[in-house]
Amino acid sequence: MATDSAAIKKKLLTPFNIVVGIILVVGAILTVVRFTKGLAGVTNLSDNNPWGIWISFDLLCGVALAAGGFTTSAACYVFGLKRYHSAVRPAILTAFLGYSLVVFALHYDVGRPWRLPYPFFVQSGPTSVLFEVGLCVFLYLITLFIEWAPSALEWLGLKKPRNVIVRMTLALTIFGVVLSTMHQSSLGALYLIAPSKLHPLWYSMFLPLFFFVSAIVAGLSMVIFEGTLSHHYLHGKMDKTYLREHDGVTLGFAKGAAMVLVVYFFIKVIGLTMDNNWHYLLTGYGAWFLVELLGFVALPALLYALGVRERNLKLIRWTAVLTVLGIVLNRFNVSLVAFNWQLAPADRYFPSWMEIAISIFIVTVGLLVFRFISTHMPIFYEHPDFREHAPHEGEEEEAPELTEHELKPHPQTFGH
Amino acid sequence: MKRRTFLGLLGAGGAACVLGQSAQAAGTKEFPGYPGSHGVLFDATRCIGCRRCEAGCNQVNGLPAPPQPFDDLSVLDHKRRTNAKTYTVVNRYDNIPGAAGPVFRKNQCQHCLEPACASACFVRAFTKTPQGAVIWDGSVCVGCRYCMIACPFDIPTFEYWEPLTPRIMKCTMCWPQITTGKLKVPGCVAACPVEALVYGKRDDLLKIARGRIQAFPSRYLDHIYGEHEMGGTNWLYISGVPFKDIGLREDLGTTAAPKLTAGALAVVPAIATIWPALLVGIYAINKRRDKVAHEETVQAVARAVAQTQAEAGAKLAKVKADAEADKKSAIEREVKKALEEAAKGQTEEGS
Repeated sequence: MATDSAAIKKKLLTPFNIVVGIILVVGAILTVVRFTKGLAGVTNLSDNNPWGIWISFDLLCGVALAAGGFTTSAACYVFGLKRYHSAVRPAILTAFLGYSLVVFALHYDVGRPWRLPYPFFVQSGPTSVLFEVGLCVFLYLITLFIEWAPSALEWLGLKKPRNVIVRMTLALTIFGVVLSTMHQSSLGALYLIAPSKLHPLWYSMFLPLFFFVSAIVAGLSMVIFEGTLSHHYLHGKMDKTYLREHDGVTLGFAKGAAMVLVVYFFIKVIGLTMDNNWHYLLTGYGAWFLVELLGFVALPALLYALGVRERNLKLIRWTAVLTVLGIVLNRFNVSLVAFNWQLAPADRYFPSWMEIAISIFIVTVGLLVFRFISTHMPIFYEHPDFREHAPHEGEEEEAPELTEHELKPHPQTFGH
Repeated sequence: MKRRTFLGLLGAGGAACVLGQSAQAAGTKEFPGYPGSHGVLFDATRCIGCRRCEAGCNQVNGLPAPPQPFDDLSVLDHKRRTNAKTYTVVNRYDNIPGAAGPVFRKNQCQHCLEPACASACFVRAFTKTPQGAVIWDGSVCVGCRYCMIACPFDIPTFEYWEPLTPRIMKCTMCWPQITTGKLKVPGCVAACPVEALVYGKRDDLLKIARGRIQAFPSRYLDHIYGEHEMGGTNWLYISGVPFKDIGLREDLGTTAAPKLTAGALAVVPAIATIWPALLVGIYAINKRRDKVAHEETVQAVARAVAQTQAEAGAKLAKVKADAEADKKSAIEREVKKALEEAAKGQTEEGS
């Protein structure tokens, strides 16, 4: 008995489990503090700074980085790039979890979370950009849930409902693209109402366009980045189709991202020119703006293009990381760094450690759910009963072990 | 002017369809405010910074007592803003060039003609009353605080310490008390000992302000702050020193807040209709391209097969014919040979 429990203890006390355990415990405690002491108990928010990192990171970055769902499904089902088919399911799952977490995080941020459905069911404010964001996110979350449902239904062996949903794929994809276009851009449009608070270099009437185009970049880069991580940690769960298509997806998406980044770069420059803001480039904010524009837009565009030309997957993967960081930087710049730029330094906002801890907690919850779903349901492989790809000649028709739990890191990742 | 043109192009039609009445903001129409709506005129040349207005406001609105009493003027040493327990504050501005001494200015909700908070609220918790006040309805507020982001004057405040029932707190121009007849004028106006505040119809206040400026041109700047700022406000200011020196921003422009987002909102119906058509079209084109490609492949294969078959047939026929000819000639040869041998035999026998 004694050796048994010791063995179990040893298995449970992996570094991963310890870190995750600490994060979950701290998150749970802070959740209690948030809902007993109010926002003042855990955040540095103030009357001057009503939105902090829960909006900047959890909402703005969360939604942008979950854009892989609509970009991948659109590429595969609408634009007919069928060779990306195996990337659709992981992307849809990431998007579904991303949006779920956004809504989960909002429950911490808003004053009365149980009223979040009020704009749709009690009293609507259609003149508000936030109403559009809310409505689109609400509808898109439902769409993503339906798009994701076949994985769960295959897992549960429910053929009929699964087939009904699969037949709706095109309609769901188009609905998803329309909703994504609207709310990705509207997140930028949220700031249109505050020209007096946002620095002119970031305020532009093109803000919705900037947010939408950069969300496409974010989506493509996240598919590459997330695919790399999954490759490393969930290699055992991937079937031959996924593995065969993986490099093609990486190269194809890198090419797409390079082109969209170039477009993004030029519309940013056009925005700068339209408002005649060139003279601001000589200020401190201008230097910071240039860091974002050159270091996190122009540079990744170049590196992606180079990576595609040289077929250098390692370079592409690192560029995806750089690009994702660039999108995060942009959202932070718009919502925090350049927002309220005219306030005295003492009145500016900096997040408390508790706000950061809750954001980490929410991301951790997302990772755990992602791991559970992708180790149990057909995400990286096709369920043997529901194949769309004909198995290649000479390849064994064998899905990875469904019940296997132990996850072995795969060596092929950034460093190799 | 650029934004105007943009809104003109995008706004008018689309927004009118989706947003109904409030979409007039997106067109070229100006909303001059509800006729006969009330407001307050603040005269910075009269204010003495006694904070009695703060006390009056606190009392009529039943707000909690501040840590320092209202007659303690040392609080003026620091710039203050409104908060969830204080609807109005007076600040002292020292060392203004051209001013003989410090200048005081009272701050509170400006009660915009087209309020940013009301336009930004996704549950329509804010109402611009026909009487002029902008009021907030706690029964629907979700606590998202977008109104605070939107307000160019940093007026709405939030009860951050409330765990589950935080409210948005701001000046109501004593609308509840005035409509129920408890008060005739807002608490701050009634408390002012030097008539730095005048409550009345906005049109009348504008006339009074112009009258004062005209009567004492050396005392006042020729500008009524709030007449056009952010599309106009019901609270108005006149001053002898530049407004930016007494904490009123001069870079807000005259565009009403709803117009800033109307253009973006007007694109929504366009996306909702054009996008699906475009995407279905792209899908159909791809599908057709695949189909045509497939058909072409099938045809090409059929052609190739037919051609190969024909070639093979011809070859076969030729081989057959050759074989036939070979056979024939072989038979002929054999027959000839046999005949020759037979003839030979006969001659041998005969000799």
